[in-house]
Amino acid sequence: MAEKETLYFTKEHEWIEIVNEDYVRIGISDYAVEQLGDVVFVDLPALNDEMEKEDEFATVESVKSSSEIYGPVTGKIAKVNDALEDEPEKLNESPFGEGWIVEVQTTEALDTSEWMDADAYDTYVSGL
Amino acid sequence: MMKETKLIFEQSKTGRQAYSLPENDVEMYDLSAELPEHLSRKAAAELPEVSELQLMRHYTALANNNFGIETGFYPLGSCTMKYNPKVNEDIARLDGFANIHPLQNPETTQGALQLMYGLQEDLKQVTGMDEISLQPAAGAQGEWAGLLVFKAYHEQNGDGQTRKTILVPDSAHGTNPASAAVAGYDVVEIKSNENGTVGVEALKAALGPDTAGLMLTNPNTLGLFEVDIVEIAEIVHEAGGLLYYDGANANAILGKSTPGEMGFDVVHLNLHKSFSTPHGGGGPGSGPIGVKSFLSPFLPVPRIEKDGDHYLLNSDYPLSIGRVKGYFGNFGVNVRAYAYIRSMGAEGLQQVSEDAVLHANYLKARLTDYYDTPYKQHCKHEFVLSGLRQKKQGVRTLDIAKRLLDYGFYAPTVYFPLIVEECLMIEPTETESKEMLDEFADAMITIAKEVEEQPEVLHEAPISKAVRRLDEVTAARKPKVIYQR
Amino acid sequence: MTHQHQNLPTTEQDRKEMLAEIGVDSVAALFSDIPVSTRATDQKAIELPDSLSELELVKHMKKLADQNKTATDYPFFLGAGTYDHFIPSVVNHVTLKSEFMTAYTPYQPEASQGELQALFEFQTMICELTGMDVSNSSLYDGFTSLGEACNLAAAVTKKNRILMSAALHPQAKEVVGTYAYGMEYSVTPIGLDTEVTDLKQLENELNDETAAVVIQYPNFFGSIEDLKAIKERMKETKALLIVVANPLALAKLEAPGNLGADIVVGDMQPLGLSMSYGGPHCGYFTVKSKYMRKVPSRIVGETVDIEGKRGFVMTLQTREQHIRREKATSNMSSNQALNALASSVFMSALGKVGVQEMAQQNINKAHYLAKQLQEKGFEVLNQSAYFNEFILKLSLPIEEVNQALLEKGFIGGYDVSELVGVDHAVLLCATEKRTKKEIDQFVEALAEVAKR
Repeated sequence: MAEKETLYFTKEHEWIEIVNEDYVRIGISDYAVEQLGDVVFVDLPALNDEMEKEDEFATVESVKSSSEIYGPVTGKIAKVNDALEDEPEKLNESPFGEGWIVEVQTTEALDTSEWMDADAYDTYVSGL
Repeated sequence: MMKETKLIFEQSKTGRQAYSLPENDVEMYDLSAELPEHLSRKAAAELPEVSELQLMRHYTALANNNFGIETGFYPLGSCTMKYNPKVNEDIARLDGFANIHPLQNPETTQGALQLMYGLQEDLKQVTGMDEISLQPAAGAQGEWAGLLVFKAYHEQNGDGQTRKTILVPDSAHGTNPASAAVAGYDVVEIKSNENGTVGVEALKAALGPDTAGLMLTNPNTLGLFEVDIVEIAEIVHEAGGLLYYDGANANAILGKSTPGEMGFDVVHLNLHKSFSTPHGGGGPGSGPIGVKSFLSPFLPVPRIEKDGDHYLLNSDYPLSIGRVKGYFGNFGVNVRAYAYIRSMGAEGLQQVSEDAVLHANYLKARLTDYYDTPYKQHCKHEFVLSGLRQKKQGVRTLDIAKRLLDYGFYAPTVYFPLIVEECLMIEPTETESKEMLDEFADAMITIAKEVEEQPEVLHEAPISKAVRRLDEVTAARKPKVIYQR
Repeated sequence: MTHQHQNLPTTEQDRKEMLAEIGVDSVAALFSDIPVSTRATDQKAIELPDSLSELELVKHMKKLADQNKTATDYPFFLGAGTYDHFIPSVVNHVTLKSEFMTAYTPYQPEASQGELQALFEFQTMICELTGMDVSNSSLYDGFTSLGEACNLAAAVTKKNRILMSAALHPQAKEVVGTYAYGMEYSVTPIGLDTEVTDLKQLENELNDETAAVVIQYPNFFGSIEDLKAIKERMKETKALLIVVANPLALAKLEAPGNLGADIVVGDMQPLGLSMSYGGPHCGYFTVKSKYMRKVPSRIVGETVDIEGKRGFVMTLQTREQHIRREKATSNMSSNQALNALASSVFMSALGKVGVQEMAQQNINKAHYLAKQLQEKGFEVLNQSAYFNEFILKLSLPIEEVNQALLEKGFIGGYDVSELVGVDHAVLLCATEKRTKKEIDQFVEALAEVAKR
């Protein structure tokens, strides 16, 4: 499980863990999960699908809502957390750990300046 | 705790039946001898095997676990849960309506065609439109058909490729944007103004050469009349767009005004709402559409027309969007609506709307001290309350809804429209007595007091129904949608 | 109004009291927000015939009804998608129960368990008949179910070409055409090999852009299409096999789910619904579990309450328009719950054995009719095995023949001359309701009529 402090965050509540310079792991934040409530289904992308920055790549559903998850980077889906198919509750239980969504082989250089660190993100959500 | 009603499959026993057919009086024919082996059924469908009494007890037990309008007050907003007159059920079951085939020669169904033609004429009056199609099966299908009429019209004008956007206010029913999508349109949402209606400025900003049209419910889902409707219609038309009237809330304006007068080009009506046909637990309904004459070439076919004293089906409309549903729509539902209109007459329909609006305003007045009323102006046939005050005490609108079930009422529409937090949307209809409105208001006031004094009662509710609150999370995570032995 | 209408309980006294509580002095004040220019006035009022009392209403309606020639008075040999079948009395008695009839969509499951359980049972029965994994709780009719199936196929395959057998109900083709106009995909017809789908042509038309192949089972002309052979021809593609099936026939025919169907849809009318001039009937919609979350409209699921007691809820609701709006799987909101209930009651009444007996009687009667006609020298055009209807070749225009039959007290078949490209071809149907005597008399009548 990644420590929250080591992650970057977007305004759309995705988190990004930089595994190495062209490889990232992506999930959604503790705040996002709390807003959604009990996650009942995650519509996952397929392996090798292209991820386009700011385009929708997955959907997370609760009983009465559905939220699109947007790509924070551009690249190719290298790994999908298939466990979420049978146990979407992992997203509630461990958003930064077993609730990760995909890993991406990036094809464009990462620009972390667009993202927030954990402290900045917490400040951001406290203002929402 | 009430006893669980067994599934009918769990009551099944080999050898029982609840039917009788005449003895076969012709030769047995072995179809399997002619079929490739793989097309003959190997394992019989496991349908239940019960006696007639078992069957009736089963469905009576289920009915006892279900709440209908005759069970009690059903204030479900935007659904117009008015009483469904019994005689209309007898009428729809008349041999001459129930036992005729849609592909019979029209010469043998003149009575049915006359009825449909008559209903079309009635609906022209009620909507202020020039032509009607009874074909759509329900409101959502009416919307879709109406938007395809928009599409065909714009294509005819040569700007089908550019006019690809439908504007929908944020208070709209979810069917509006969904119908636009299946008609091949993009959807742009218009924010409501502080009065809960469409703001002319916001609309102007959204209109453009890509606009195909605007969909509007009037009165809207907040129960408020769109007071700027005349100007709205003007600017949409000036921008080259068309106006669609979602008739879900037509019960507020019968005989008072018409969508045609307001400037709408296409309208649907939900006959299962304003025109009293039963909702059936979710259908069948009927969603006829009406159009202004310049759009009539695009209506679904066949059209029902009259030539002298003779009624006929006419499909000779080359610009038609085609067929949206089998045959002539939900004829059996249309029979009931026709009978209802005959029973009410023009004056009666006007009285319907006056009483529906009076009832809604009365209930609103009685509840305004106890719940937040986000919009202060007079409402039409329904109104919204917000449970924000109660939320601060730890009680959600959902809890209030569940508590109402314990008091013997159905719940209002909740959490809709989306623009009102903790929304309760209440539509009393004209068929309720003042005594019933008072009982409901008293219960709502008692509940507001319970929120203050014993909120746990609301969290526990309901306690008087066949089941307590249900685990919808597991139902969605691990869906179990058929019975497995 | 001169008198108080029976369904308007509010009295003048009530009105006064309510207006006082609201704080306005007239009902008109509550309508003052309607712009003057759009208001109804004495000169601009709606005009409708005068209101009728209950007695007058029934008389008026009876008069309209009596002008129609019904299946009670005339033996029907007309099928073509809507059938004159036996409906046990219990069906009507259950559907008249106001707790079912006057309820709406079960938004509050605790107060709507009866409806929800009945729909759950309906879903189960349909899956039993079709051999599929998941059923929704009904759609408007069989044709719109098919339109929705085509939309689903186009959406999940991301392809925009539908291949549709010419042996489909002509109105099914028209409705799909309208769906395709909306969603902007193409529909290519696959022609006939006599009266069944031409498999060679199907093979030629199948390509990587194909979203689905649509086959009716039994087809519009009564013949039983070989679904397995069709599916085999599809295996190189990602196209889905959509089957439109008559649920009564499925009592005797192999379930499409066991023959490779991805989606099975159809109309429940043969199982417990009156013909009602074509509606309301009831569409069913079933899929393999892979497509469960793409299904249109309401699905009921089993769950438990906080005390562990079994209960039912509408589930997978994020598919639907009230949540996902323009991104929903369909715009449909209402279904045909009451007719799904009627069908469930029918299927429970006949049960496992009864639907087979009824289906077998349909087979017997139709084939007896065909044999008698053949003995009179008529030609049956069907080359494949058929269920309860078949095409007969005559030597006179069908309209003329039907008019003459009507004079002899029969409703004749459906003119399919254009559809099969054969002059004077009629689709005849015999259900379990037709007695041997009626069939014999019909054969005599037709022989006489057709000789003229």
